Amino acid sequence: MTAGRTASPSHDHSTGQDQPGWIGEALAEHERLETDTAGRRQLPLADREQQVLDRIDRARRRKPRVREERITMSHGSGGKATHTLIEAIFLDAFRNPLLEPLEDAAQLQVGGSRIALTTDSYVVSPLFFPGGDIGDLAVNGTVNDLSVAGATPLYLSAGFILEEGFPVADLNRVTESMRAAAAAAGVHVVTGDTKVVQKGKADGCYINTAGIGLIERDVNLGVAYAQAGDAIIVSGPIGDHGITIMLARGELDIEADICSDTAPLNGLVTGLLDAVPGVRAMRDATRGGVATILNEIAKAAGVGVLVSEDDIPVRAEVRGASELLGIDPMYVACEGRLVAVVPDEDAGAAIAALHAHRLGEQAAVIGHVRAEQPGIVQLKTAFGGTRIVDLLVGDPLPRIC
Amino acid sequence: MRFVDEFRDADKAHALAAKIAALCEPGRQYKLMEVCGGHTHTIYKHGLEDYLPESITLVHGPGCPVCVIPMGRVDDAIHLASQPDVIMTSFGDMMRVPGSGGSFFDANAEGTNIRMVYSPLDSLKIAQQNPDKRVVFMAIGFETTAPSTAMTMLRAAAAGLTNFSVFCNHVTIIPAIKAILDSPDLRLDGFIGPGHVSTVIGCRPYEFIARDYGKPVVVAGFEPLDILQSIYLLMLQLSQGRSEVENQYSRVVPWDGNLVALKAIGETMELRPYFEWRGLGFISHSALQVREKYAAMDAERLFQVPGVRVADPKACQCGEVLKGVLKPWECKVFGTACTPETPIGTCMVSPEGACAAYYNFGRMNRTRVAEAAQAGRS
Repeated sequence: MTAGRTASPSHDHSTGQDQPGWIGEALAEHERLETDTAGRRQLPLADREQQVLDRIDRARRRKPRVREERITMSHGSGGKATHTLIEAIFLDAFRNPLLEPLEDAAQLQVGGSRIALTTDSYVVSPLFFPGGDIGDLAVNGTVNDLSVAGATPLYLSAGFILEEGFPVADLNRVTESMRAAAAAAGVHVVTGDTKVVQKGKADGCYINTAGIGLIERDVNLGVAYAQAGDAIIVSGPIGDHGITIMLARGELDIEADICSDTAPLNGLVTGLLDAVPGVRAMRDATRGGVATILNEIAKAAGVGVLVSEDDIPVRAEVRGASELLGIDPMYVACEGRLVAVVPDEDAGAAIAALHAHRLGEQAAVIGHVRAEQPGIVQLKTAFGGTRIVDLLVGDPLPRIC
Repeated sequence: MRFVDEFRDADKAHALAAKIAALCEPGRQYKLMEVCGGHTHTIYKHGLEDYLPESITLVHGPGCPVCVIPMGRVDDAIHLASQPDVIMTSFGDMMRVPGSGGSFFDANAEGTNIRMVYSPLDSLKIAQQNPDKRVVFMAIGFETTAPSTAMTMLRAAAAGLTNFSVFCNHVTIIPAIKAILDSPDLRLDGFIGPGHVSTVIGCRPYEFIARDYGKPVVVAGFEPLDILQSIYLLMLQLSQGRSEVENQYSRVVPWDGNLVALKAIGETMELRPYFEWRGLGFISHSALQVREKYAAMDAERLFQVPGVRVADPKACQCGEVLKGVLKPWECKVFGTACTPETPIGTCMVSPEGACAAYYNFGRMNRTRVAEAAQAGRS
């Protein structure tokens, strides 16, 4: 036992006051919670455990707060740190009913029309990778954010931030990919912007795209509409894009025959909505992967989610690389896959519609929404056990051994 | 997928679970410790506890390399990284471990250059590409990772690199196991022995556990069926009144270890007189330092390392969790003040840490889940 520590932890009523900075704050916060649940040690084991779990639930429902003094890489990963940043800083500053659902695209009433509006920035490294480049990613990403909102994507803007010294030939390659991707998705880039920054102030080329689409159907999509019993579907194998990028960075000395799944999803979505007008929600599984979306469903709708590892399509190459790196494909980004929530009785029709499209050939029902354990995503493992699938804090980090 | 799926077969798991349950004596409670954090991760990731009868409790041991690093060493590392022209490299797991003033990620936001590497050898590439910088590798881990640090030092020496050094935090597993066996807090029935460490040191070093302490040890692999089979082997020994060292992971672990790896460690490193372990305190001869012969590659000799001891936050009970005295959720700050977003203790940082594994994978009341499942069926 080290000096300065109390040998008998159960009687240790330390305060946070003697600790510096955030630790002190965290401990003080803990004490406020602790007073609510005094005496838990006298209860039977299972009840005490449940009490702790309830306390954690309450802690998780509190207003998020950014504790860090500076932005770290975790804030951009799509996990908990990103959610906290968005809710504590951006949502707090800009709060309005259109922003609050935090869907992939906002739904607006303009004149007599329903419009979807979205924006996304692309900072991928490397710029060119097997299966695509930053250009088609920038078009497809925005097209997909509009598509999963039930909109027909129409017009895009494109903003370029270029680093001094960036080869014009590369810029030509990127814009050519954007042109082709826009043509494939049936959208037009109608406005744009260019900025050049000094060498070292950016990494070659960053792109921002915004897009608008028209919502012609009478649909109301949103993860908050998920109901107990609904089926959860993914449109194809997960994790291809993220693993491709990790391998393309060349830091891992792993080679595999996989490429990014970047693709426009508007055709696939049209087929799905034609077959199943009652789709409750769709999301494209980008940063944070399928696991993050499942957690968003559980949180927004106040429901539980149970998915089965055996039913989740993952390519062998992606599984292999994930096993080697000790990361979970459930958290790895896709760029051409969507997660859909549909009433269970429509699941068959939804799968049939997805299978009819080239991008949905391997679509599968991976699990169901349920009333039990609201807010929690559970996975039935292939091994036959159960576990939680929580949001990650930051990027999945490779394990040591 | 070959070499993976055959070790995750649910039918085989059911069969093993039945055999394990049959070996439990009525009324007896069993406490088995998995020493290695990799095992803890597997147990939670695959929901392995669902297969165990209530009378068997798995106790999570100290074998998580990140979890045993005391706060002071993290502060020392950040101090090193803040020196002029230093690029520090370390494993991904280290990046979020909190020192008293924040983690490596926070330090980077303040201006240090700490990079994640997948192998220590990547540090050599960085050193070669940046001849005007000093590259310091923050080495952590048990005997599993020590050989790769040793090989990196040997390569650096062979290449004549002068701008590469190692901040050595390697620890050895046996003294930690002994500290736990000698700890009065805990009664254990047997050990699931560390798999990867044993690929290096072999199985002989565990013999004293079986001989002197009368506890069975089964060295186990990292797939869920490996662990389940090891639990079966431990229960078999207990039911027959035996205490021996057995090797379940014989497809990888040679009984005598890996001589080449051991030689490389012995060439470059030697035992420290003592080292502070997070939660376990100072343990004699429990860690490695760079040998005099490689002083030019020893960051602790090259730089002024403050070596300040930082006491753990008082409410943090990592020590009790690491020794298996407390279950993660029994720690006072678990899940409220100490979460994966804002870890106070190291057990909450690494995916191998017992607290992070429980928080991320196991945070559901199994009794209530079982009740709910039962209700759903009827």
